[in-house]
Amino acid sequence: MNTLSARRRHPLAAFVVLFLALGVIGATYATLGSSSAKASASVAATPEQLVEGQKLFQSSCSSCHNMNGQGVQGSGPSLIGVGAAAVDFQVGTGRMPAMQIGPQVTSKPPIFTQDQIDAMAAYIGALGAGPDIPDPSLYNGDPNDAASVSNGGVLFRTNCSQCHNVAGAGGALTDGKFAPSLRETSTKHIYEAMLTGPQNMPIFNDNVMSPQDKKDIIAYLVQTRTGSNPGGLDLGSIGPVSEGLFVWTIVLGLLIVFACWIGAHTTKASRARVAHFEATTGKDASDND
Amino acid sequence: MTDRDMETDHLPENTGGAGHGAVTTVAEDPFQDPGLPAHRPRVTDLDPRAAKRAERQVALLFMIAVVGVIGSMVCYTFVPNTKVHRFTGLGTVNMNNLALGLCLGFAFLALGCGAIHWARTLMTDVDLVQERHPMKSDPESTAFAVSEFKQGVADSGFTKYPLIRRSLLTAMMVLPLPAVWLLRDLGPMPKDALRHTLWAPGMKLVNPNTGQPLRVSDVTVGTLALANPANLNDDPDERIDNLAKAAVLVVRLPQEALKGSEAQKKKQWDWSVDGVMAFSKICTHVGCPVALYEQQTHHMLCPCHQSTFDLSDDGKVIFGPAARSLPQLPITVDADGNLVAVSDFREPVGPSFWERG
Repeated sequence: MNTLSARRRHPLAAFVVLFLALGVIGATYATLGSSSAKASASVAATPEQLVEGQKLFQSSCSSCHNMNGQGVQGSGPSLIGVGAAAVDFQVGTGRMPAMQIGPQVTSKPPIFTQDQIDAMAAYIGALGAGPDIPDPSLYNGDPNDAASVSNGGVLFRTNCSQCHNVAGAGGALTDGKFAPSLRETSTKHIYEAMLTGPQNMPIFNDNVMSPQDKKDIIAYLVQTRTGSNPGGLDLGSIGPVSEGLFVWTIVLGLLIVFACWIGAHTTKASRARVAHFEATTGKDASDND
Repeated sequence: MTDRDMETDHLPENTGGAGHGAVTTVAEDPFQDPGLPAHRPRVTDLDPRAAKRAERQVALLFMIAVVGVIGSMVCYTFVPNTKVHRFTGLGTVNMNNLALGLCLGFAFLALGCGAIHWARTLMTDVDLVQERHPMKSDPESTAFAVSEFKQGVADSGFTKYPLIRRSLLTAMMVLPLPAVWLLRDLGPMPKDALRHTLWAPGMKLVNPNTGQPLRVSDVTVGTLALANPANLNDDPDERIDNLAKAAVLVVRLPQEALKGSEAQKKKQWDWSVDGVMAFSKICTHVGCPVALYEQQTHHMLCPCHQSTFDLSDDGKVIFGPAARSLPQLPITVDADGNLVAVSDFREPVGPSFWERG
């Protein structure tokens, strides 16, 4: 005799089944829902910066990018002509120096100070013509300028949202690569990324997208971080995945628990109460016509 | 009481024999029908004061619903929809929305709780048994139905007059035809509109971001540019339809990045301007805008169903449900350095259609 079946009328059986079912649903959803340009020249590089930058480059970067930045086949690309903006982005967001070669180098707390980054950027910028570190007036978009935010929104949806999601929450690409979230990225680094096209991101140079357009896009992104959220909870702004997960597990789970709670609490009288009623009134308690 | 009205012969034998639904003991066979549990009266059936209390509770719950509804109107009027608040861990929430949702949510919750409390404590409390019998009719009913049918056939002469029978069947068969005939008014048919786009010899590629013609020098290696035909806005009524067919992506690939047969590489290079090449932005699966460009791998992804096209291999599908390569638009450069189309696309763009062949 199957003893498991024999216990199916146990008072806790329904709860066991319920929690198993919720667990399966939750686990399933958790598994399925899984993770040429020019800018205004900044302060001209000083000879001291170039020397310092070369020293830092050769001690920290040259194993992959070679002693003079010409690159090493299979481990690091040539940095001649990538420009100071690329160095400021890659090192300033902690992507470089990379810990290991993988599908995508991810950001982490930077290990160099801004002065050291500036020195390396000056050195790489001097190797070949490339985009300079932009002036703050270029990337400090105003999130309170409605026209700027509106134009930036149109441009962001046309040019960027296919990878970075309409709210800048990021999204998946192929083979483990992904477009990162832009919710925390500094405005300078967003501008530099558009200018230099880090890793698999395409370049949006100033001829394809004007500096003012880039500034508007930044204004839009900053506005989406701070602005009101008319939909209520954004749940990470990643659309139906997180919303469905929330509704199917948490909300539906609460409803089922509520229904079970209603069913588990009887309105029936206790035996003692029935006996008391029958003793005091002399009537049959079950006869309730 | 209901159990007196029930047909007792369908119910299991009560082993206790103490009248209504006496408790049966589970013996060796745990699957034995345990029978109906004894009817137990509710507190509210026995105690009039408890019944009165339950009545007041139900009424209170319904009045809470009224308060919630009124509260939602008050919140709609007096909580400004510009007021936002950041809750730690939840994000930014518009207070007007939050207040409306809470008020109406509590109103519905109170209504539901009131209805359930009413049903559980005060509505008639009877045990109902729904018997399940086999679906099949008994032999007499079956035989009677068959004989009735045969009698009907004989009376109507359905088998006796084959001309009437066949003409009736014909009439029944043609009856749905008018519904099909109406479909001819769907349309107008697209004719050859699905095979052509606005691109024509000499048509300039215009960058939608700047509104200016796209120049060869604008598109560096690694750049992704969008382009529309220069005459896109000439016909405002058809603009969206035209855009949905004509939108292109412009990238620049180094010649050594090209893959595939020599003939394919030559064609792809010939249709480009020094590596600057234009591909349709419309996915060949169901027509979503493909624009997720990985500039190092030259892969172009569609956001809808993850079809992946390798632009260095003439737009070949390397993943996903799309069946055909992304069409390439042959382009050249005019005297001013602007990119212009050599011709329209050489094949229909976008998803498959019936007559595409």
